[in-house]
Amino acid sequence: MRAMLRVRRFEDKIVEVYGAQDMKTPVHLSIGQEAVAAGVCLDLKKEDYVFTTHRNHGHILVKGAAMAPMVAELYGRADGCSGGKGGSMHMLDASAGCLGTSAIVGGSIPLGAGAALASLLRGDGRIAVSFFGDGASEEGLFHETLNFSALKKLPVFFVCENNGYATNSHITARQPHSDIARRAASYGIPSVSVDGNDVLAIHAAASEAAARARSGGGPSFMECSTYRWKGHVGPDCDHLKGCRPKEELDKWMERCPVKAFKEVLMKSGILTAASYDGILREIDAEIAGAWAKGRSGPMPGPEELYKDVYR
Amino acid sequence: MPWTKVLIDKSDLEDTLGKQGLRGLSYRDALREAQRQLLETDPSVFLIGEGIDDPGGVFGSTVGLHKEFPGRVMDMPIAENGLTGIAAGAAMAGMRPVFIHMRVDFLPMCMDMIVNHAAKWSYMTGGRVGVPLVIRSITGRGWGSAAQHSQALHAMFAHVPGLKIIMPASPYDAKGLMIAASEDGNPVLCFEHRWLYDFTGYVPAEKYSVPLGKGVIRREGRSVTIVALSLMVYEAVKAARELAAEGIEAEIVDPRTIKPLDEEIILSSVKKTGRLIVADTGSRTGSFASHIASLAAEKAWSDLKAPVRLVCMPDVPVPASPALENAYYRGKAEICAAARELCGI
Repeated sequence: MRAMLRVRRFEDKIVEVYGAQDMKTPVHLSIGQEAVAAGVCLDLKKEDYVFTTHRNHGHILVKGAAMAPMVAELYGRADGCSGGKGGSMHMLDASAGCLGTSAIVGGSIPLGAGAALASLLRGDGRIAVSFFGDGASEEGLFHETLNFSALKKLPVFFVCENNGYATNSHITARQPHSDIARRAASYGIPSVSVDGNDVLAIHAAASEAAARARSGGGPSFMECSTYRWKGHVGPDCDHLKGCRPKEELDKWMERCPVKAFKEVLMKSGILTAASYDGILREIDAEIAGAWAKGRSGPMPGPEELYKDVYR
Repeated sequence: MPWTKVLIDKSDLEDTLGKQGLRGLSYRDALREAQRQLLETDPSVFLIGEGIDDPGGVFGSTVGLHKEFPGRVMDMPIAENGLTGIAAGAAMAGMRPVFIHMRVDFLPMCMDMIVNHAAKWSYMTGGRVGVPLVIRSITGRGWGSAAQHSQALHAMFAHVPGLKIIMPASPYDAKGLMIAASEDGNPVLCFEHRWLYDFTGYVPAEKYSVPLGKGVIRREGRSVTIVALSLMVYEAVKAARELAAEGIEAEIVDPRTIKPLDEEIILSSVKKTGRLIVADTGSRTGSFASHIASLAAEKAWSDLKAPVRLVCMPDVPVPASPALENAYYRGKAEICAAARELCGI
């Protein structure tokens, strides 16, 4: 609950402040999709690897990336998580196993498998997760990587967040059938389709996949059907631009993963209105602190331009 | 210096190696020895490529290594871009892969992972995560290898910030630069030429590295500077012998790596000779030769007594027929003609 809420509040804050135009980086928000990040990343070990996409904030926050350097990065500061060189699309925290994110569709897929290959060769027991969207399943990289991962029994699992759209192109305009898990299964990879707004279902599938990877059982694949509330990029909703029907958004907002899980927890008595408010206050205090710290650092000097091209 | 010398024929071999009791090794064996020593001394090194464990072993350059290092010399599916991504991911996670393509022509299939990912990762992460990945590829030539098995694409990759490009011409440099590339910590592309594989030269047995960004003078001369890349070094040496008989003393500069480029060695040679020819295995437009010409125009203008001349391949795909191949390839004859023109003979 806390993990999902933390991602939601973090990105709500971006929406709130983005209009001020001092956050000069294209933001790809995952509001509505938080259950996937929380369900998959919460139980990973710190040393496990996560490779993700331009829509990365949620994944790496739950994996353990420090929040203040992420905020500083959004504001282009020298103390940002990549020193102001990556921005929103290339967030990382190497100490939390987040070695960088690719904004080229499909890029995270082989990079995660590669980190898993490194673990396999070293025998160090780490596993890797690649996050990507439904569009990435159309790339050659998807098929090339799944084939090799199954062949070598790599300790990796692939998480496809199927939100139905590649920018504004609906999946039915792009794929003859949208059963992405079935394509993954054709490589002999255990594959499941889960409700991407049901954090418990995702957590169960992810635990199974992680256990399989850790025990030498090779890769797994999970397709999580979910929905992006905001535009492909930016803080606005797509129906305002005529890119999709408002009724569709309304329907999915009713199925909000955060609200749904909150109701489950309250019904079972695990969560009370008071404890929920307490969690919310803690999260908002953390976010306020991260924002204060993230916006207070210096901008990188022009001499930084030529650094880090090589190591 | 035995290690600066490129050996063209048998008498060269005997002079340099036989009489001095030095060990000679072919270019292919030098590459193989470099990779063998890397595998032996660095547990994070592994080799991956299509067919690298077959009996041919990438024209002999990986032969038998899979038996000596089981599990660390891997054949792979025919999926160049995906496997480049997997090698890059392994490199980000601390390994030092060597990715081997039998042909340069397979590199364009990996553009996304080389150009969009490996090249930019260090910068995009503010230097926090690097990609210590070496990518070897070989330019073919002759026997009708044609348009998709004979390309020289080094200039295209040199354009991309974040990559390093090595082009060893001699067996000594093949070994030393391969080792330096693996130890460098950045994505390094090694462009080899198939016709270099049979050349033999002095190669020490121990593990050593040749620094990236340090060129070498292959022959000293005062009349004209010839900057030559890869196989063109041998064409330049042959040309220089012919020109010497006519009183033209050519100085041959082999940059050995084009990114980083040893500008100093080129500029000081041009200062001495006042004339510059650049011989490149790539096609002319956007060539690395034209980059070197622009370097001379910007930084050695007052030293130049004559226009710069480029000896590059023509702007056409490589043809198959031997008759057309002969018309396509440029080398000794064109270098000699350019030198005579510049020296007023």
